[in-house]
Amino acid sequence: MLSKRIIACLDVRDGKVVKGTNFEGLRDAGDPAELAARYNRDGIDEIVILDVTATLEARQARAHTIHAVAREIFLPLCVGGGIRTEADAAAAIEAGADKVSLNTAALHDPSLITRLAARYGSQAVIVAIDAKRQNGRFEVYARSGTDHTTRDAVEWAREATGRGAGEILLTSIDRDGTRSGFDCELTAAVSNSVPIPVIASGGAGTFEHFSEVFTAGQADAALAASIFHFNEKSVSELKYHLRSRDIAVRL
Amino acid sequence: MIALVDYGAGNLTSVRKALSAIGADYCTPTAPAALESMSAIVVPGVGHFEATRVLDQHWRAAIRSAVERGAALFGICLGMQWLFEGSDEAPGLAGLGLFRGSCVHLAGPPHGTGPFKVPHVGWNSLRFPGLSMSMSGLAQDTQVYFTHSYVAPVVPESAAVTTYGVEFSAAVEQGRVAGVQFHPEKSGDAGLRILKNWLDAV
Repeated sequence: MLSKRIIACLDVRDGKVVKGTNFEGLRDAGDPAELAARYNRDGIDEIVILDVTATLEARQARAHTIHAVAREIFLPLCVGGGIRTEADAAAAIEAGADKVSLNTAALHDPSLITRLAARYGSQAVIVAIDAKRQNGRFEVYARSGTDHTTRDAVEWAREATGRGAGEILLTSIDRDGTRSGFDCELTAAVSNSVPIPVIASGGAGTFEHFSEVFTAGQADAALAASIFHFNEKSVSELKYHLRSRDIAVRL
Repeated sequence: MIALVDYGAGNLTSVRKALSAIGADYCTPTAPAALESMSAIVVPGVGHFEATRVLDQHWRAAIRSAVERGAALFGICLGMQWLFEGSDEAPGLAGLGLFRGSCVHLAGPPHGTGPFKVPHVGWNSLRFPGLSMSMSGLAQDTQVYFTHSYVAPVVPESAAVTTYGVEFSAAVEQGRVAGVQFHPEKSGDAGLRILKNWLDAV
């Protein structure tokens, strides 16, 4: 049976892992390669490196961080943050990424999704959607949550899928860093609307939050950052919890 | 020396890293003639079956001739699919044909959503119909990382079978020719073990 994936997110700035709340107020959480090695030992299924300030500061994710993390793990590695062109994606993949995650650039130029899917296959192209509850729906934000686009998250996920995305990384801005639980309504709305896997992100605080997002939220994978970084929750304990709830995981 | 065939389909970085981790000596030949002196060949690859078009008649002839003189061959993901006769993903484009049958799409759910999303992405379990060289030492239901939309049929040479809506060949093996649909280079210790099994045998 296909397992639900637990993904650790390394939000990286200037080569260091940082973590904020509602996309703001970043604090230092350590060295990306060291954290990746620890998660690997602890049974993480996948790692995502997001250069959280890359787009704002107009620079691409640092190749040496990708390389240093890739050296530590024999697991799928996704890289996002400032992937704007085919050349940016190629540089990330060259450095050791298996997948790239597109956000702002895909909103501005959706044909980038198709071009990258044609070159690397859909499995290598994740479209990241940052959504916020607004006007009675889930609206999409660009540029690390700073630009309101007025696009509907479900509609954008459908379009991205049609253009060749292989997975959707769906982050709730309302829940990001709050540890109040994933937005299961948002996750289910998107997961039920697209035929590709949806990774839920934003709000992980307890083991229960994960079992909720895999059941009520119908997520295919769940991503968390801070609860793993500060050693508050271990990946293996989380997986035993999920198995006790009859949720398929890799142990 | 192992030849890692670079035909532009996807990322060789992680395959190189995994081969180094298990102590393999490998090179990336630029011309098919170089395969003459190789003891083993790895055909990696992710993405569309169309990408295998680059493996033209010269490469095919060189790989076939190497296998015929006893060189080992290992296909990964698209590289394994290419060992079959072809794929619905690129009709009219022949595979190497070492295994019978053609690759088919993992039929998506009827309404576009549901339990069987396509692509099949993530960790799924292996079932071993019998003993094989490449899967030696692995427990039934060992989990490995998949990411694909097309699958090869179950054949008498299937060394591992996985179920995702349908049953398909997760690994095939006959003599010194083997292939895996999953990514051993992305499957943690289990994946490295499979690569090491193959390396030790060849």
